[in-house]
Amino acid sequence: MYSDGLFLFVIAASLSAQAPPPTSSADLLPGRRIFEGQCAPCHGIHGEGGRGPTLHVSRLRHAPDDTALADLLQNGIPGTGMPGFFLSEGETAQVSAYVRGLGTQPAAPVSGDAARGRTVYQTAGCPTCHIAEGAGRALGPDLSEAGARRSLDYLKRVLTDPASTLPEGFLMVRAVIRPGEEIEGLRINEDSFTIQLCDRDGAPRSLRKAELADLVREPGKTWMPTYASRLSALDLDDLLAYLAGLRGTP
Amino acid sequence: MRQMAAGIAFLLVTSIQNAAQVPYSRIVNAPQEPGSWLTYSGNYSAHRYSPLAQITPANVNRLRVLWMYQMNDPNTVETTPLIADGVMYATEPPSVVTALDLRTGRPLWTWQRALPRDLKTIGFGRVNRGVALLDGTVYVGTLDAHLVALDAHSGALRWDTTVADYKIGHSITGAPLAIEGKIITGISGGEAGIRGFLDAYDAKTGRRLWRFWTIPSPGERGHETWRGDAWKTGGGPTWVTGSYDPELRLVYWGTGNPGPDWNGDGRSGDNLYTCSLLALRAEDGALQWHFQFTPHDDHDWDATEIPVLFEDRRNGRARKLVAMANRNAFYYVLDRTTGEFLVGAPYAKQTWANGLDEKGRPKLLPNISPTAEGTLVYPSLQGAANWFSPSFDPVHNVLFAAVREMGSYYYKTDPEYRPGMMFTGGGERALDGDAAYGAVRALDAITGETKWSFRLQSPPWAGVMATAGGLVFGGSNEGNFFALDAASGTPLWDFQTGGTIEANPVSFLMDGKQCVAVAAGHAIVVFALP
Repeated sequence: MYSDGLFLFVIAASLSAQAPPPTSSADLLPGRRIFEGQCAPCHGIHGEGGRGPTLHVSRLRHAPDDTALADLLQNGIPGTGMPGFFLSEGETAQVSAYVRGLGTQPAAPVSGDAARGRTVYQTAGCPTCHIAEGAGRALGPDLSEAGARRSLDYLKRVLTDPASTLPEGFLMVRAVIRPGEEIEGLRINEDSFTIQLCDRDGAPRSLRKAELADLVREPGKTWMPTYASRLSALDLDDLLAYLAGLRGTP
Repeated sequence: MRQMAAGIAFLLVTSIQNAAQVPYSRIVNAPQEPGSWLTYSGNYSAHRYSPLAQITPANVNRLRVLWMYQMNDPNTVETTPLIADGVMYATEPPSVVTALDLRTGRPLWTWQRALPRDLKTIGFGRVNRGVALLDGTVYVGTLDAHLVALDAHSGALRWDTTVADYKIGHSITGAPLAIEGKIITGISGGEAGIRGFLDAYDAKTGRRLWRFWTIPSPGERGHETWRGDAWKTGGGPTWVTGSYDPELRLVYWGTGNPGPDWNGDGRSGDNLYTCSLLALRAEDGALQWHFQFTPHDDHDWDATEIPVLFEDRRNGRARKLVAMANRNAFYYVLDRTTGEFLVGAPYAKQTWANGLDEKGRPKLLPNISPTAEGTLVYPSLQGAANWFSPSFDPVHNVLFAAVREMGSYYYKTDPEYRPGMMFTGGGERALDGDAAYGAVRALDAITGETKWSFRLQSPPWAGVMATAGGLVFGGSNEGNFFALDAASGTPLWDFQTGGTIEANPVSFLMDGKQCVAVAAGHAIVVFALP
């Protein structure tokens, strides 16, 4: 019957009395099957991350313990792309156990020099659009926890093929005020009657759709350039090492 | 001066003390009393249409907020307030009733149920959609599955009846329906493996008068559509308010999904009377006829949408019809005397049926059932429509519907029934974001043909209300409360309420002036012309 609520699955299930998590690979199989069907589209088939963060971390930011993880699986994380799922108590325990197991996998080895990568980050112009270590401009995503949230493979893809990694809801638009007068920007928010953009200077712009000559959507477009040809392989590895080490404040 | 103030105070007090003497005859004649809103859908035919015409396309852009009432509970507000004799009766989450002074929005009384600490709502939020009024009493269902009668003047408890055991997943979120001497209530629990029913209670005493089980037991007609013991956990909840024909004395009520939701392997057969419209005799709850929209549903497409009653006056006679814009994306028209299927046409994107046969049964496309890997089907689990209300304009025979355009990957898992736990056997991953959108659509009520469509940014959770002034009011997830031209769908006015709108609008008179109200975020907002 599910009906209520935009972010669905608001399930106030009691999760305190769970059985001990299964640990053998046979026990983990049911959880893996559910994971591959329902979680992998965002978190990657092996939990390496994708649209959603990597799960190859020893401590999940939103789920420090099993109770929190079960609650998160059932209710989602408000304000993020993580929905809740219709899982029974048993299924929740199965998925939890599988997800916990992903956290014990060794992280991919980092070959670059992070200290040198920090310099590459500065000289390549990254702070023009991103914040890391408290500095920079927030036109693009905040990178303060990039290493904790994203796998090395994913970060590499962002640098070399950024259009393939655009998050859910990311959209560049071109608002045509009148012929010849346009504002290109990153959509901050949109409803049926208005749209709010962040323009190239990082300034918010508020527009009523009825007053626009045209509103051109540019799916797949991003201001983020590819660094595949802009940086040497060595610089790229060092930059990746630097990003992988960004883990926010403890 | 003081004497005058006292006189005014006396008049106000008198007005409030006379509040809510709402005999059955007033509800039957609700269309002749457009200043009030006496039952969940505005009238027994579930039109959610206001005959008021002070607010028009020419002046709607001058609407202003008259007052707001703020609630404290963090859960979603889905209430449809009722209005009678200077008082607004609204519910608040989780199971609260508040009477508000219609002139100011100031509370007159509040009744709150202390919910059990071990209460779980399985498959839905801690919400309530409204009350019923009859004579001097306010009726409300609670999350722990009680039906409660309150004195309309004070909120004092008159009676409290246990409808079902909340510990195994029963709950009440929908507004009751008050008819002559009886209070009809449905039940939630389709994700908990309940056996659904519809109940009627004596309005004076709270004694149960009849119960219609939506899942037939062995020996009853329809039981053959179940396998083994699957009927015992077969679902078929009745969680949204139905409609009523006082002439035929039939109650029309939709039923929800079979359990488990997304794995039908253990319940082969049509699974009557799930995903159906029931016509029950008000007198004794006997089944007059049924129509099943989605036999053997495995997508959670409850048929609990509002059944709208209207007449086809072509050919020189008035044929009694019932329409439903169903969650499965088809719009249906049936003869409401006999249940005969007349019209069925998609009103939103659907990828599961190659139309309907001459009896209205869907001609299923292959490979639409949930799988472990996920099966992409339109509409999504939440459906093209859901609990939020459509509106019917009886002058132009147009049905206005808030429509969800979204697909889902449906997953199947192995269901395990444990009393009081989720029993669903799968789930979904909705194609939300920019791939999904919403609309308000105007349908020719007799043919289902779309006359116009106004696009919404995202699939809505708010109902619509048309008015004789030529407007259709609606709400959006992004907080817009808006008015469209009923003739063309052209947007004429919008107001950012600052909170998601997941409720149905109503309209009424306050001191002779037309008002429009809707719940938005955690508030009720009332609008009027200056």
